[in-house]
Amino acid sequence: MTTSVLEPAVAVAPARRRRRPRRGAVASTVLLWVYAVAALAPLIIMALGSLRTEQDLATKPLGIPTHPAFENYAKAWSEGGFSSYFVNSIIVTVGAVVLGTGVAVLAAYPLARYRFRGQGLLTAYFLAGLMLPIRLGIVPVFYLLNSIGLIDSRIGLICVYAASGVPFAIFVLTAFFRGLPNELEEAARIDGAGELRIFAQIMVPMVRPALTTVALFQFIPLWNDFFFPLVLMEDDKYTLPVGLTRFVAEFEAAHAQLYAGLVITTIPLVLLFLLATKQIVAGLTAGMTK
Amino acid sequence: MTSTTEPVEVAGPGGGSTRRRGRRRWPLLLVFLLPALALYTVFIVYPLVSALQYSFFDWTGTRQNGFAGLANFRDLFTKYPLSEQVWRALAHNCVFFIGTMLIQTTGGLLLATLLHRSRRGKRFLQTAYVLPHLVSPIVAGYLWSLMLNPQFGAINAALRGVGLGSLAQPWRGDPHLALPVAIVINAWQWVGFPMLLFAAALAGIPEEYHEAARVDGASAWKSFWQVTFPLLTPVLGIVTVLTFIGNFNILDLIYALQGSKGNPAYSTDVLGLLFYRTAFENPDANAIGQSSALAVCMFILIFGISAAANRFFRRMEARLK
Repeated sequence: MTTSVLEPAVAVAPARRRRRPRRGAVASTVLLWVYAVAALAPLIIMALGSLRTEQDLATKPLGIPTHPAFENYAKAWSEGGFSSYFVNSIIVTVGAVVLGTGVAVLAAYPLARYRFRGQGLLTAYFLAGLMLPIRLGIVPVFYLLNSIGLIDSRIGLICVYAASGVPFAIFVLTAFFRGLPNELEEAARIDGAGELRIFAQIMVPMVRPALTTVALFQFIPLWNDFFFPLVLMEDDKYTLPVGLTRFVAEFEAAHAQLYAGLVITTIPLVLLFLLATKQIVAGLTAGMTK
Repeated sequence: MTSTTEPVEVAGPGGGSTRRRGRRRWPLLLVFLLPALALYTVFIVYPLVSALQYSFFDWTGTRQNGFAGLANFRDLFTKYPLSEQVWRALAHNCVFFIGTMLIQTTGGLLLATLLHRSRRGKRFLQTAYVLPHLVSPIVAGYLWSLMLNPQFGAINAALRGVGLGSLAQPWRGDPHLALPVAIVINAWQWVGFPMLLFAAALAGIPEEYHEAARVDGASAWKSFWQVTFPLLTPVLGIVTVLTFIGNFNILDLIYALQGSKGNPAYSTDVLGLLFYRTAFENPDANAIGQSSALAVCMFILIFGISAAANRFFRRMEARLK
């Protein structure tokens, strides 16, 4: 089967392809759409489940909500504690993305465009972080935050998260800074602009697309992260993923509310993805195209 | 590793112009570099180095006693129940990695290849495949727990609905099924990622190559294996290394599906969970020493094997050129 499926790629001449619609092409299309349904089905079940009543879910595991039960969301939000988890997630994730991207853009600029001693070494030092399994440092991180009074603190978690995003941000941003032309910078220098001004008013605006990519790519894993807040935070400071585990431990049988909680956790990312599909796809495949 | 860390598309002309100004720029450099350097060193590098140091000491609770040499490492492999758990978790990680590679990489390559030549709905299909990748592993774990519930779950209900009720299973409760089920769920989440990487690589292969193969009389099958596939080797290398790293770091999905002990009966326990339990749910007074030793072993395993794999794939790539 696979042979015939692969055929159309080789038959580039359009006339040849049009003569007989190949069975392979049909099979390939069917397979692609069937898998798309399989990939989306769990997410659809999640969305539908969040709008069904507890009773309805128990009697008919598969079904469509006839009267959308929005009260699941209301209950999960107030009684289930998702309102505070949501706010914590927003504060921590946005704070970390802003801090991490901010310090990274500052550092990436001289690493890419200046020449100084130790430059190569410093770049390698930052980029090594791309490969470090940072979760393995959790015990020392715990005692470090404890000793500086930042345990169970959103600021502490923001610092750890921001630091974890620095290597990737520097990796992407140095590449962009290197690609910028010299002319504007030189013109500004002749006009007497200082280095900081050249950086802030000329260079940073030119790497704005890269900044979006970097910010998005820090946002997603941080929003989804579970391990660090599990260890570093306490009850009312939990972010959504850890909040979910607590909700499940407390309200084991509240399936409809759990569905609502899952949707609350997922919706911001889906919105973000639909708004920025292009950047996300480009970022995931960064460095792949030559 | 370098293939992912070295920006490929830019040849940097920048910077040369500032060389002349040398020396006086140190304060300026500090302003630029210090914040990132401090944040990264304090919260990432220092803890990892500390973990290494912790692993060579004996601990009572949070008090550091004397230098212990390799005693903590010896405990990992000789002291019950750790000695039993370490090997079991490692074996599960290996099964997890192999299973994921088989399903996810093959699936990703198949989807990318088919998608590459389909014309309609490409964008929608791609989005559909990638969406599960965005979902938090914790969300995926709970969502699938709900769906796999033996009584109220959608999966068994669907099986009964199409007359396959005999296939309905206690998916998460059977020790033989629990790990394969987790692997499939993980692959559902991740398959979009290799798909995107393969798609990007396929788009970069000039159409003339296939044309030439066709003119030479190669079948489509042969053309794929002898023209397309070798050109995908670097991507395959990256996918393998990233899958390896991802699998040996796995924790969230299993935690949501089976709790911190990898139920049922530790049948889904993995190194990530074991590390968490050794550090934070360990009755032994020397929890810090033991968990740090485990962290060091995991670090060497993850870093060492991915570095070796990377070298291997580079060599293979060079040979195929």
